[in-house]
Amino acid sequence: MAASTNGKTFKVIGTRPIRHDGLEKVTGRAKYGADYSLPDMLHGKMLRSPYAHARIKSIKIDKALALPGVKAIITGADLPTLPDEMATGGEGPVNLAHLSENLLARDKVLYDGHAVAAVAATNAHIAEEAVRLIEVDYEVLPPVMTVEDAMKPGAAILNPKLRNKEEGDKETNIASHLQFKRGEVDEGFKSADYVIEREFKTAMVHQGYIEPHNGVAIFGSDGHSTIWCSTQGSFAVRALSAAVAGVPESNIKVVPAEIGGGFGGKLTVYLEPIALFLSKKTGKPVKMIMSRGDVLKATGPTSGSTIRCKIGCTKDGKLVAAKIWMAYEAGAYPGSPVGAGAMTIIAPYNIPHMIIDAYDVLVNRPKTAAYRAPGATNAAMASETIIDELADKCGIDPIQFRLLNAAQEGTAQTAGPPYKKIGYVETLEALKNSPHYKSKLEGPNRGRGIATGFWFNIGMNSSAIVHLNGDGTASVVIGSVDVGGTRAAQAMVTAEVLGIRAEDVRPLVADTDSIGYNDVTGGSRTAVTTGAAVFAAAEDAVRQLKERAAKLWEKKPEEIAYADGVLTTAGDPSKKLTIKEMAKQFARTGGPITGRGSVNLRTVGPSFAATCVDVEVDPDTAKVKILRATCVQDVGKALHPSYVEGQMQGGTAQGIGWALNEEYVYDDRGNLRNFGLLDYRMPTCLDLPELETVIVEVPAPGHPIGSRGVGEVSIVSPPAAVANAIAHATGIRMVVLPMSPPRLMKAMHNKRNGTETQAAAAGR
Amino acid sequence: MAIVVVPALLRKLTNGAERVTVAGRNVGQVIDDLERQFPGFRDQLLQGVELKPSIAVSIDGEMGTGGLLDRVKETSEVFFIPAIGGGR
Repeated sequence: MAASTNGKTFKVIGTRPIRHDGLEKVTGRAKYGADYSLPDMLHGKMLRSPYAHARIKSIKIDKALALPGVKAIITGADLPTLPDEMATGGEGPVNLAHLSENLLARDKVLYDGHAVAAVAATNAHIAEEAVRLIEVDYEVLPPVMTVEDAMKPGAAILNPKLRNKEEGDKETNIASHLQFKRGEVDEGFKSADYVIEREFKTAMVHQGYIEPHNGVAIFGSDGHSTIWCSTQGSFAVRALSAAVAGVPESNIKVVPAEIGGGFGGKLTVYLEPIALFLSKKTGKPVKMIMSRGDVLKATGPTSGSTIRCKIGCTKDGKLVAAKIWMAYEAGAYPGSPVGAGAMTIIAPYNIPHMIIDAYDVLVNRPKTAAYRAPGATNAAMASETIIDELADKCGIDPIQFRLLNAAQEGTAQTAGPPYKKIGYVETLEALKNSPHYKSKLEGPNRGRGIATGFWFNIGMNSSAIVHLNGDGTASVVIGSVDVGGTRAAQAMVTAEVLGIRAEDVRPLVADTDSIGYNDVTGGSRTAVTTGAAVFAAAEDAVRQLKERAAKLWEKKPEEIAYADGVLTTAGDPSKKLTIKEMAKQFARTGGPITGRGSVNLRTVGPSFAATCVDVEVDPDTAKVKILRATCVQDVGKALHPSYVEGQMQGGTAQGIGWALNEEYVYDDRGNLRNFGLLDYRMPTCLDLPELETVIVEVPAPGHPIGSRGVGEVSIVSPPAAVANAIAHATGIRMVVLPMSPPRLMKAMHNKRNGTETQAAAAGR
Repeated sequence: MAIVVVPALLRKLTNGAERVTVAGRNVGQVIDDLERQFPGFRDQLLQGVELKPSIAVSIDGEMGTGGLLDRVKETSEVFFIPAIGGGR
């Protein structure tokens, strides 16, 4: 189902061709990172800390090195010391010193699973045995596991270099404080008839990609190295590995393998530079693959958070003021997505008075990484729950309440700049008119909830090349890793501009030596920005086609027209060449045609989505069953609607998992207790109904096709929508994620006994 | 003269002013003039001679390229905001 406001017409874009890489994927021929092997290859394994917080007093590797088959062992002491400053990396700013210390700990370990040493051996079993023979003497320190504990005066300090300059230059676990302010908040609340204030907590959760991190590296004796790995950003792996290894970027080639999921978690490096170091030390290629436990313990989950949210409105439903305090777990090193959380939490609304204070807080948990609209899901859980309550208080339909306060073109964003054309109102209208929202929900213990979400999307840099073949077909070369139909989408953009079939374009994802620079496949940027680069490359090829026809027909290039794959010139119907016919003339008119496109996209259309969920709560077990769920999303213009719908469904499924079950469970010593997928409970197809989708198309200004990013925003609203549905089914406002059966059961028990408080409702 | 909308926590440098008028034809020159008028801005916005990677610039609703050469017009409205990455 599509609700389109796009005036442009397309012939290929918007259709649903079979994906070009489909056959290889479904037949198992596609090569993933773990499929790569080289002659004489060694296998690497990591020794990881059993403690959440400890000082490393000594590391003895003698026994491990003596084990037959062990070829090299490295520790943090083998890695260069890097500057304690920010650099541009995979997912944006990266502190190189922290990155290197996260790869291999130096004087302290900062979380359960922090890597301490790495071994290369002739096979993985010997490497694992050698890891067990490494002796580390630790001085165990008290772990700090929550933002509340980390922010208390006298809390154990993770990084003594971190200073709080707002409070007298003291040691601190607060890595940064941001504030956004508009209007006069106290005055604003005075004009409110209803004010809701609650504290919310959301659990640390993992991206949950099925394919563990992996990589093969060979350090060439000529100084030129190659890395094969599963990544969302081959150029980011190149930059970060080069920085850690202290070699020029141009000395490293990264070959991106097919990727078995990333969702933001594969924008940085964990193994690749270590494999490179081991290869340098041994002179042989080294392969490293994480176990599931390694992935859960030591790679980027997203932050758990505490959010205090207060919003007020008038009795006729006009929002007047918001006051928000939010603290996100950064993990062991600074860099939680709290800034994005702050800038998204009330982004859908026009609220005249607001203040938001946001804190990035170190805790003894793994360094967090990006996860699909990083920071926004936590934030929306708080704000969208309160918006729902305010709508209830006012007796206004929750969609109508949002429409009364909806951000539109010209509304100031949280950080200040005004929105350009956005599709929030259209998204709400599409939800209101959806079959799901129009249907009746009947039966006991059932409730319906809606919520909405915002995500910026990012532009950044992409390069692309379009080659025209001698038979009138084309190939398009990109450097953006394909995580969800990228090849098909870019082939379609090429085909649209060239006026040929999508099936007549071969898409190729190239290594870092074979294509110009591309930023990561992240931030919902690839279809949009790489699409713009491909569009430009295809247009460049068309420009050259016109020049060739002009040469043949003795005309000026501007006198040549090109449409639907046919070259013509006005006033002379005898002059007509299809691209296939023209291709045969390439050699005698100047040689092969290659179009080039490079962009740094500055104008990117942000996205809004809405979720509608029906639930049934089992009164005896507190299990929440999802009866029906619909995602409505403004995508600007869908390149391939099936893959757009897939993104919407994927984000919704992950959001429901975040809502109901997923959480990192640590014991009192700071050890992760659920580091396997049996205990870290992600939803399966048995837990979810068919997820319905409604595509809304409000073209993004400044983009040649009108596309907006589609990969992230669908995850933002599901937890709040589920919470609102539970509230309507049970009368209980849940304020802690996940809303798992034990937590909801406790809240239901408290309600039955008349002891409900906010904390009790949360199941705390 | 362009207008810079000052981030909330940096308003201590401008005696609480939210909007200040600055001279400059690009982002670098705008920061130079901010520093001249309100000492302390440069340290907050620059790392060496480059914009801090954690800072993004919005000029008239368009995101900057991350460099100091982005053009600023006489009538421009300039925002310094946290840089955003992403996760898909």
